[in-house]
Amino acid sequence: MPESPYTDAMEFSEHIKTGNVEDVVLRRPFHQPTKGTLCVTGHHLIFSDRDGHNSQPFLLLIRNIDAIDKSVENLLGYSKLFSSTGPSQRFDISVTPCVPSASSGTITLKCKDLCVLQLDIPGMEECLNIASSIESLSSLETASEMYPFFHRPAGLVLQDKWGLSSTEQDYAGMKELHDRWRLSYVNRDFSVCPSYPPAVIVPHSIDDETLLKVAKFRQGGRFPVLCYHHEKNGMVIMRSSQPLTGTNKKRCKEDELLLQAVIDGSDLGYIIDTRSPQQAQQARMTGGGFESKSNYSGWKRLNRQLERGKVLQESLIKLVEACGDSSHNVDRWLSKLENSKWLSHVQAALAAAGLLAECVERDGHSVLIHGTEGTDTTLLVSSLAQLILDPGSRTLAGFLSLLEREWVQAGHPFQQRCAHSAYSHTRLRHEAPVFVLLLDCVWQLGRQFPLAMGFSEPLLLRLAKEVYASDYGTFLCNSDQERCATGLKERTHCLFQSLLRPSERDLYSNPLFEPTELAIWPCVQPQSLQLWKGLFLRWTDDALHLKEAQEAIQNLVVECRRTLYDYIENIEDRELK
Amino acid sequence: MEHILTPKVEEVKLLDRYTAKKPAIGTLYLTATHLIFVETSCKTRKETWILHHLIAAVERLPLTANGYPLFISCKNFQVVHFIIPSESYCQNVYHSLLRLSQPEKVEELYAFLYNPNQDEDERRNGWCFIDSAMDFKRLGLPNEFWELTDLNKNYELCSTYPSELFVPKTAIKNTVFGSAKFRSRGRIPTLSYYHKESNGAICRCSQPLSGLTSRCDEDEEMLQAISRANPNSTFMYVVDTRPKLNAMANRAAGKGYENEDNYSNIRFQFVGIENIHVMRNSLQKLLEVCAMKSPAMSDYLTGLEGSGWLRHIKAVMDAGVFLAKAVADEKASVLVHCSDGWDRTAQVCSLASILLDHFYRTIKGLMVLIEKEWISMGHKFTQRCGHVDGDSKEVSPVFTQFLECVWNLMEQYPCGFEYNEKYLLEIHNHVYSCQFGNFIGNCQREREEIRLKEKTFSVWPFLWENRQQYRNPLYKCSLGREVLRPSTLPLNFKFWCGMYNNFDKGMQPKQSILDRLLTITQKRDEGEKKMTDLQRKLAVMDGVLADQCSNKQTFMSPVLVENTPENAQIKEEDDIQLASDAGCEKVRPTAMEDKITATKDTVVAMETTDTKEDF
Repeated sequence: MPESPYTDAMEFSEHIKTGNVEDVVLRRPFHQPTKGTLCVTGHHLIFSDRDGHNSQPFLLLIRNIDAIDKSVENLLGYSKLFSSTGPSQRFDISVTPCVPSASSGTITLKCKDLCVLQLDIPGMEECLNIASSIESLSSLETASEMYPFFHRPAGLVLQDKWGLSSTEQDYAGMKELHDRWRLSYVNRDFSVCPSYPPAVIVPHSIDDETLLKVAKFRQGGRFPVLCYHHEKNGMVIMRSSQPLTGTNKKRCKEDELLLQAVIDGSDLGYIIDTRSPQQAQQARMTGGGFESKSNYSGWKRLNRQLERGKVLQESLIKLVEACGDSSHNVDRWLSKLENSKWLSHVQAALAAAGLLAECVERDGHSVLIHGTEGTDTTLLVSSLAQLILDPGSRTLAGFLSLLEREWVQAGHPFQQRCAHSAYSHTRLRHEAPVFVLLLDCVWQLGRQFPLAMGFSEPLLLRLAKEVYASDYGTFLCNSDQERCATGLKERTHCLFQSLLRPSERDLYSNPLFEPTELAIWPCVQPQSLQLWKGLFLRWTDDALHLKEAQEAIQNLVVECRRTLYDYIENIEDRELK
Repeated sequence: MEHILTPKVEEVKLLDRYTAKKPAIGTLYLTATHLIFVETSCKTRKETWILHHLIAAVERLPLTANGYPLFISCKNFQVVHFIIPSESYCQNVYHSLLRLSQPEKVEELYAFLYNPNQDEDERRNGWCFIDSAMDFKRLGLPNEFWELTDLNKNYELCSTYPSELFVPKTAIKNTVFGSAKFRSRGRIPTLSYYHKESNGAICRCSQPLSGLTSRCDEDEEMLQAISRANPNSTFMYVVDTRPKLNAMANRAAGKGYENEDNYSNIRFQFVGIENIHVMRNSLQKLLEVCAMKSPAMSDYLTGLEGSGWLRHIKAVMDAGVFLAKAVADEKASVLVHCSDGWDRTAQVCSLASILLDHFYRTIKGLMVLIEKEWISMGHKFTQRCGHVDGDSKEVSPVFTQFLECVWNLMEQYPCGFEYNEKYLLEIHNHVYSCQFGNFIGNCQREREEIRLKEKTFSVWPFLWENRQQYRNPLYKCSLGREVLRPSTLPLNFKFWCGMYNNFDKGMQPKQSILDRLLTITQKRDEGEKKMTDLQRKLAVMDGVLADQCSNKQTFMSPVLVENTPENAQIKEEDDIQLASDAGCEKVRPTAMEDKITATKDTVVAMETTDTKEDF
């Protein structure tokens, strides 16, 4: 149990109107309603059982709270609802007023991990105070005030290495490409591209001067960099943002030179644009654009439209709403599922990743992938393609390294994208569940290839939770630059490091893992894709049965191994005699 | 053989159903029983075998640049698309298949040719392997409330019921006969499942001939007798599984449903499952959705919704859950009917039995349940499956829907069933292939007339022999003893890819958790066996044991595997079954197994002819 939640309360005292309330009833999935004491601290709601039988109090990160609905009931017994969405109950938590003789209130907390909790609080004033404290605390957005900066778990030391790897280490590990590719520190002070890490891998023949010019020609300075080298045939995957060709079809010789250097010696490369041809055309109106055929002669463009931003966020909201609909009408469910378009996004992302992998492995060509900013769908497709192609990225450590390299270091703006989840009433700004979409796609891959991944569904579920609210610093901030500015790497712990500790490793390893060197080609026919129940129905009985099955598999494998081990040991014993 | 115009066609192309990848080239053979495609374009020999009776439709499509397309869809949802080089060959194959796939008489079905090299005793014993009468004994019947009646021994009471029926003890002969007159086709209320713990019974029948005003004292007395047979409840449910509108329409035709005013203490309920025609059309639409080539997710989901298929599956499941809850929670008895009481009623009663009784969640239990609720109670397999050329309006996927409900339950309770998906698929395959006699005929009387048990073999011993591959390694019967209370929220009903795309391997997960678990548990069992052998040998070497024991041990080993801790629970299940089997004429299942083992090779050889496919 971390001590900090109790100690950091003082620093946030101006936000906390009522710190402690007795006789609160907590209702949450899989648990009987319990009465106890509720305590609000700077980062947590802490609920302790009244009789104290449960020595472990229930702890909820305030950052995990996506929406609060409150309703109060006064002495006269009429109730008033303050919620903007109405009392839409995701689960069967009956709303029974607490004590009829006095005023009371109910707070429904809808969390970013899709859990819905309810607190029955005696006293209208306390209820409103608690609600406004939570609202105020959950809207704090300064990274350095967030819980990871206060979290000090036993067994981890801040001096531990933050992160699993670095561009330098990755580069050092790929000896066979040293003659054609080099490390560049042109971005060492983040001045060339604020969202890139200090070191990147670029073609050997392209010097930093050229890179500076290329960066000016790419949105946000995200010039093409290497993200994967396919050992089997020496082809590479690169990623970038869109070129700034604009309406007058501006050119950049250096950009053309860089791409030419990538395919030097081979005849062709592919550019996969994650926008439709129309979208790419339209982007020119706002200064963006695409690589025209005449200027990039060796490159062939392929368009695969993937949705991003608001569309994706709304898709998630609709899906979660559909999953919470308890009406017994199959047609309605299917039409809501269809209407949410979530599975369409899953299908499109996997299809684009499959295409990218096909270009590399089957056609034997290098690929540059980008969309607009190069921080969302670009990363989604490039990391899925790597999972398909690269056995190394399918182990537990390999997968976490992939996420660190392709998402954290590559500058996916986690803080913006994951500020709110599916329940929030606030107006959308930069939210988009791109990372959740990635996890869903990885889950689909794992469902189709249940033996090929070294990690298991619980890891994906853990990540889906951590990305929104975490004790660790890994998913804070939007870029490496911000991480350095806040001293995040010195002042928080790294989630990935923690997940690789032996005690955690067992929880997240796939007991059936049998590594294969082959590419794993997903089927993207609709029949082969499914709703990810583990995530979207996480707080229902279904999830319990699934969990039971996962445990049963684990136990069975362990038991079988032990039997064979015993057998071998028996023989060895005998041989010794 | 006279129907085979061209027994062999070379240079035939087999197209992939979904992708435009290079077609396989090979030779097409027509035999008396199978269509066989042998691929010659690849190094390893690949064969596709299709039993003629499994073919649901053969179509000639418009000529293409490559040749003459022949499109074959099967009742087990396999779809093959050939391109035949010459028109006359294509036409010959087409006409042969049309004739061969639609036999005129049941005697032409494969089961009457199939000979797994067993002698008469084995055949007869095989037919005794599953005995539904024994199941009633397991349920504690007859008892003070229920008795066996032989009023139907000559099928005079009801021609489509089995000869032995359980009725309430207080229902006298007059009541039974009177009730039979008032029920469509004489299908009187009879016991389907008895829940020992609550005394609640599930009974089934056909619709009453109530018309707009008719009543029948004996029928009312019959329901009273059923109600009395359950001292735990003051009322009973009468569940009409049809939509209310359909039931009302039947009243105009002199049939209908029970009037609550005429029957004391009944609670009447419609559950709204659609009829066989709606189901047939719905499946048709579902298969059209399946046939779409790389559809967008939205089109697929819209098509799935439009087919209505999952809505129907849910309706069946809802009804099953209603029954199980009534019996287990309210301790009430339930009488179920639809129109004739052999389609929807069979679905709902058997599903409720699975929910209530863990025995039916075991490999053997499911056999018993199908034998009891479907075969002996007169589900019209010949007509519903279209085994022989006949009225296409009688064909309907009623049994398939039942299996799909079971599959949905298995998805919800991954540890709750002793069997796995393959078992359901294998049963489904046998229902349609007619390799064995079990699913031929529309009722028990008809089966006796065509002397099925003398001329064909039973599928159950065959499935039992192969039970290792139908096992669910995650099964925990300790958890499964209780009544299942599945969630029937719409999102729990999924498209069954394993059934409808069973032959499109690209659509299935490329690696199977099930196969992997079966392999490692098998390895474990072998390891354990070797370890025991080893210990025994060591003991012999140490002089603790006499030498002959080691031989005996090896000989006994199959039994030993059954006794491993993991199987201990299953073993216990078997014991129950062994006890009930003991009543059957001299059939000791263990002896039975040995005999089957002796003929195993031939059985397997024949079996591969039916399932061999590799594309």
